[in-house]
Amino acid sequence: MTFLQFIYSHAILLLVVISCPIIFFALYNKLVGLRNIVRNSWSQIDVQLKRRFDLIPNLVETAKGYMKHESETFIKVTEARAQAMSAINKGDVKEVSAAAANLDSALAKMMLTFENYPELKANQNFLALQEELTSTENKVAFARQAYNDAVMGYNNAVEMFPTNMVAAMFSFKQSDFFEIEDKAEKQAPKVTF
Amino acid sequence: MWELIRINKRKSLFVLILMFILMVSFSGAIGAGFYTADYVTGMLWGALIGVILWAIQSAVAYFAGDDIVLHFNMAVVVTPESYPQLYNIVEEMKIAAGLSVMPEIYIVQSSGLNAFATGIRREKTAICVTRGLVENLNRDEIQGVIAHEMSHILNRDVLFMTFAGVMLGTITMLSHVMLRGTAFANSSNRRSRKKGGIPGGHPAIIIVILLFAIVAPILARIFYFTISKKREYLADASAARLTRYPIGLASALQKIAKQSSVDFVSKITAPMFIVNPQFAGGDEDSLFSASTHPPIYKRIAILTQLQQGGKVSLENYQKLYEKELETSGLFSKTTLESDKSEAVRAENTEKITEFTESRKDVADVILANTGFKILTCECGLKIKLPPSDLRMKVVCPRCRKELSVSGENNAAATGNGENELVFTRKNKNSWESFPCQCGKFTFQLSPLFRGTYVVCKHCKTKVKIEYPE
Repeated sequence: MTFLQFIYSHAILLLVVISCPIIFFALYNKLVGLRNIVRNSWSQIDVQLKRRFDLIPNLVETAKGYMKHESETFIKVTEARAQAMSAINKGDVKEVSAAAANLDSALAKMMLTFENYPELKANQNFLALQEELTSTENKVAFARQAYNDAVMGYNNAVEMFPTNMVAAMFSFKQSDFFEIEDKAEKQAPKVTF
Repeated sequence: MWELIRINKRKSLFVLILMFILMVSFSGAIGAGFYTADYVTGMLWGALIGVILWAIQSAVAYFAGDDIVLHFNMAVVVTPESYPQLYNIVEEMKIAAGLSVMPEIYIVQSSGLNAFATGIRREKTAICVTRGLVENLNRDEIQGVIAHEMSHILNRDVLFMTFAGVMLGTITMLSHVMLRGTAFANSSNRRSRKKGGIPGGHPAIIIVILLFAIVAPILARIFYFTISKKREYLADASAARLTRYPIGLASALQKIAKQSSVDFVSKITAPMFIVNPQFAGGDEDSLFSASTHPPIYKRIAILTQLQQGGKVSLENYQKLYEKELETSGLFSKTTLESDKSEAVRAENTEKITEFTESRKDVADVILANTGFKILTCECGLKIKLPPSDLRMKVVCPRCRKELSVSGENNAAATGNGENELVFTRKNKNSWESFPCQCGKFTFQLSPLFRGTYVVCKHCKTKVKIEYPE
């Protein structure tokens, strides 16, 4: 039996032998790709939350000059910010989501008090900061949304056939969603001035 | 979301494949008509040539199509500094869509309300909005529009529609050549037919070719506009999903519908606009209507009902779409299974309008980018100096206060380190005039003047004159 004859007679077997690893690698790469998207989206949330942390002191400083009697509100915001920052440094998804929700509500309260200070709204610097904060608020919300979409795709792949077999072999674990517990806080904080 | 996008395409991909089959069979029939010795070989060759024709044109469109935006008159790139709010909105949508590359943003000098996206390749995309749009819409509405355009980028609609457009073009061209060729042959004598140039052979084949030549372009157009309309709905659905605020886009569409016409549209770019600028009003509603966009009131109706439902998901959009159009679905099953429903978000109640959105500010951004110097007087009057104005001091026309032109802006005009003033002539074949920096003397250059220096009669300042190529 020559080599060619061997190939012809075992064509199907050979096809299976060759295609098996190819399919396997494709599935593995798909999982890795999805996991990287999840990680990338998470870092995006990180970036936006940190941006917000940087903005808060600026905003507080600008507002302080106009609002002498609201020191309690400012303290609460500053505390919530510190708490969220330490949570981010630990990198635990659940802790960060809780701390971020806390900060959201503290900020929303501060925004409400701004309402009583019309002179503040005339300040150009404050208005620019306000636009930055609104946008960063939105960016956090959208980054969260994109992260959850990514987690959904990844978790589906980990659970569903045929990728779940590869996932089990290389211990790909499901990721946590970035959930906001309280229903009232599910909406982006209403930023009203 | 990324997963969704790949699958999203399938439903309209089916129509694209139908169109491709139409093109291949048409060119195959032509081949059979020309190569009468062996119909099968002729058909294969004809089909091959048709595909090659399409591939070459597609390649040309693929590599040349990127720079459309750059050709627009007075298109200004938006940076975080020049127009923070618009930049922020685009960045928000980029994050929501999970794109890795930030699209470039342009504002086009046009008072019509419209926006479009370009970018055949993923690495280089751009979103273009008109000046009228940023002036007349609020934050939520602009966000909706940008999300719609971002969805076009995300769904790779530009690439998709370019291929479909080229296919339509190829079919139209083939039919044109065939019809003209046959008409010409009939009017001349029979000998010329034997020399070739027109299809021959079995009469049945000639009839088939003629039938194709008449029907194919019409079918191709229907396919093309079907695809285009479907992808508009898809972009609307994705936009609602990205913003979680469908009413923003709905009210933007309402405003845009009233004055969507702009003067820089071509047939290729028309599908990428948010509302078709060629059919301002958008009442086209039949199967044969040559509009790239679905009727705007239907789009608004779907989005409004989606908002009232309180939950934004592709599935809910599809349900409303089916109800409104009485046709089958928009997304495939797998798409809907891997989608998550999101609650509608709250309205952006703040009015940022006061400090960036006013009509004049947008114009100023454009002027500042084209080299204008903008001074604000204490009395509130804004003075705009063209780049050719070299004056260091100007007098406010309202309150007669003397203002000094800031050095930074003037650096461009002064230039050259040694405080040498330079004036660059725009058109050396006509009269030109510009004021001296002392403000007391106006230089007047005649069309024949070719000197290198002029000296101010009042303050004796030397000004260098430069001539562009």
